Amino acid sequence: MLYRENGQFKTSYAADQQIFPIAQDRWAIVGLLLFAFVGIPLLVDEYLLRAILIPFLILSLAALGVNILVGFCGQITLGAGAFMAVGAYAAYNFHIRIEGLPLLLSFLLGGLTAAAVGIFFGIPSLRVRGLYLAVATLAAQFFTDWVFLRVPWFTDNASSGSVSVSNLQVLGWQIATPVDKYLFCLGWLVVFALLAKNMTRSAIGRQWMAIRDMDVAAEVIGIRPLFAKLSAFAVSSFFVGTAGTLWGFIHLSSWEPAAFSVDRSFQLLFMVIIGGLGSIMGSFFGAAFIVILPIALNQFLPAFGGLFGVTISTAGVSHAELIVFGALIIFFLIKEPHGIARLWSTAKEKLRLWPFPH
Amino acid sequence: MSRQIGEVILDLKNVSLSFGGVKALTDISFDVREHEIRAIIGPNGAGKSSMLNVINGVYRPQQGDIILRGRRFSRMNPYEAAKAGISRTFQNIALFKGMNVIDNLMTGRNLKIRSNLIQQAFWWGPARREELAHRAKVEEVIDFLEIQHIRKTPVGRLPYGLQKRVDLGRALAMEPSILLLDEPMAGMNVEEKQDMCRFILDVNDQFGTTIVLIEHDMAVVMDISDRVVVLDYGKKIGDGAPDEVRANPEVITAYLGASH
Amino acid sequence: MGFFLETLIGGLMAGMLYSLVALGFVLIFKASGVFNFAQGAMVLFAALAMARFAVWIPDWLGIGNPALANTLAFLAAGALMFVVAWLIERLVLRHLVNQEGATLLMATLGIAYVLEGVGTSLFGSDIYKIDVGMPKEPVMILEGSFEGGLLINKEDFVAALIAAVLVGLLALFFQKTATGRALRAVADDHQAAQSIGIPLNRIWVIVWCVAGVVALVAGVIWGSKLGVQFSLATVALRGLPVVILGGLTSIPGAIIGGLIIGVGEKLSEVYLGPMIGGGIEIWFAYQLALVFLLFRPQGLFGEKIIDRV
Repeated sequence: MLYRENGQFKTSYAADQQIFPIAQDRWAIVGLLLFAFVGIPLLVDEYLLRAILIPFLILSLAALGVNILVGFCGQITLGAGAFMAVGAYAAYNFHIRIEGLPLLLSFLLGGLTAAAVGIFFGIPSLRVRGLYLAVATLAAQFFTDWVFLRVPWFTDNASSGSVSVSNLQVLGWQIATPVDKYLFCLGWLVVFALLAKNMTRSAIGRQWMAIRDMDVAAEVIGIRPLFAKLSAFAVSSFFVGTAGTLWGFIHLSSWEPAAFSVDRSFQLLFMVIIGGLGSIMGSFFGAAFIVILPIALNQFLPAFGGLFGVTISTAGVSHAELIVFGALIIFFLIKEPHGIARLWSTAKEKLRLWPFPH
Repeated sequence: MSRQIGEVILDLKNVSLSFGGVKALTDISFDVREHEIRAIIGPNGAGKSSMLNVINGVYRPQQGDIILRGRRFSRMNPYEAAKAGISRTFQNIALFKGMNVIDNLMTGRNLKIRSNLIQQAFWWGPARREELAHRAKVEEVIDFLEIQHIRKTPVGRLPYGLQKRVDLGRALAMEPSILLLDEPMAGMNVEEKQDMCRFILDVNDQFGTTIVLIEHDMAVVMDISDRVVVLDYGKKIGDGAPDEVRANPEVITAYLGASH
Repeated sequence: MGFFLETLIGGLMAGMLYSLVALGFVLIFKASGVFNFAQGAMVLFAALAMARFAVWIPDWLGIGNPALANTLAFLAAGALMFVVAWLIERLVLRHLVNQEGATLLMATLGIAYVLEGVGTSLFGSDIYKIDVGMPKEPVMILEGSFEGGLLINKEDFVAALIAAVLVGLLALFFQKTATGRALRAVADDHQAAQSIGIPLNRIWVIVWCVAGVVALVAGVIWGSKLGVQFSLATVALRGLPVVILGGLTSIPGAIIGGLIIGVGEKLSEVYLGPMIGGGIEIWFAYQLALVFLLFRPQGLFGEKIIDRV
């Protein structure tokens, strides 16, 4: 009976168009944000921040970007890692080549560069779709892999494409400890998630979804496929690109192109599919699932083996990890093709009716 | 009736369309007058849907001209057509399945949106105001079509008859001057057909919208349209008021087979 | 001139191997509309099985004859691929009928992870050798026509020959046998094929099985050339531009696309590489495919895609 919207009447369209029209949801989100900003830094140790929470935040941002393109606009991409790389390396170049450029500006410029590259590699989407487009985005992936490995200018002549940054300051705030890093990433993610939500509930989001659902009909009612698709590529690449800058600057602080390989691209696609295509919330679920799963398996499998008196070697664990990971993906696709977000909304529906199931 | 049939606003001249050697339309000419209800009829495969697709630019005819309010086009494109105030519904309902009814209708307002991507991302003054204004407009269409109860239902979950209505709603949300309806009553039961007829007549009457419609149900066509074009095998075989067409021997042959 | 021809021939031979991988893609795509990202993992899995069986079987049975041991290992690996095909159909595909392309693609990625994990768990993750007695020494040909002649790798030549024979056999299988006809019928229209009594599930098993055998042959050839190792799984990514170039539904397309990509890679590496830096092979193939996509989206031999409203 806790979760009821009875009696919450909307008297204006503005009230009806809020992000969280149900009062309980608004309170829940306020509580969650308070806990994330205040509670977690007080409660959680460094390992948890470094190994789980920071990667989770940054990959959520990247997954948001991928979801805009794949989930909302229906254009499949296997090259998200490439745009992370472009974001990270572009920001790096702005950072070292322009003296005194504020860090935030470098990050945003990195994102904008990724957006421009994204538009370029999105051009094939005007001619082809589905799997063919996936191949076009893979082209972006392999091209950037090569560029950052072999063209010395982009890495300031560092050998093997490895670069590093240090002494990061944002508006006088020294980002050094894991807690600083966590808070910075969290703040960034909250802002960007809000922007993503706003876009998907406005005209531009409807254009994307219309193209996804029925592109011919979309054109007939006056949506230009060129603008809709390329804007999706641009916005998505911007999100993914800034995630790349955070991943490089904040999380790794020294990195090489392998950090943004094709495996990363697949990982991001898994996140949005498992989390839920076309759902902002789903991007977070997917990122959490994919970040936590390998760590959990790593902890769990040896213990599980010990239960039966079998010692599983480190190599054995990593093989078993692959198997369980692959099997879980297949399981999810079969049991809930709409992802965790759908499970969540079904659970909410049930809760609404609880304790009277009919 | 209060409406006055006006001048010719859409004129098709000698339109021919073929798909790799197969002729879909051969040398077809007819015109549409402002505020009228113009029907296109014909047996299956006569080229009716192709005709609508030529008018709003989904198909590109090899020959012929389309004259819209005095402007001559050798071919339309769907975006230009939409901007010129042509909207349409689809035979096999082409709604956006992943969106709810309100959002589907809101897409119809797309051409009228002025705020840009950045403003929308920040839910900024103009973007927000616009969103509310268009929502109000969409609610008018919802009221008009009597679909208030399903406004937040994803269209994929709606029964066929209601989907057809939402399809019409999306076209109406564009506030078109010319509305193309591709078999709006196909597959409906009698009640649904009556409702749909009422909506079509109301649209025409209240908003003065010019309507071009394809329909199989002869009784309905003859009842509501002002003039009728008859196509058979991609050729025009009759054109005129319902009574004239009904008396046309060629039309009778096309519909009933061999001569009687 | 001699150098150019050598490069060209080297490219053609590498291309033949790409064709083999691409063939696996095309077979499965034609019959089930699934874009099988696990093809590379299948190649790895088959090669691992082959390499290990070739060592284990003589041990178990006490066979001294390497040719017999290799034959038995090949048959055993083939049987294993059949089991894999059957399991994939049973556990995965059957439950995903009528899902969207993206979902199926993700599922095959899942299959790829499982295959890699199972393969390395069963067979170990070291680098293994496959020795099926392929001639290793290079030979000189056409010494009369060119100064210095042409240096040809015999192994490549044999590999290309095997690939060509396999392609020929597959073409015969598709055109002449009842099963082949059923496969083509399924490829044209699932529902129509089902309605005239073609058992869809069995067809899928067969097709995955054939793709498994193709993977095995590819794995043996690549494995004996470069050794069996984890990186073998990435050949799938190499095969992708080939199918785009050739057309997703065309067997001749896979062959010719493979040859074009093989030649293009080698020539670009040799002539373009020094100018802009090495290692351009892989993205060059993709850019080639990309340019192609823009001008001829259905590929060289693919069926034209027509939209209807």
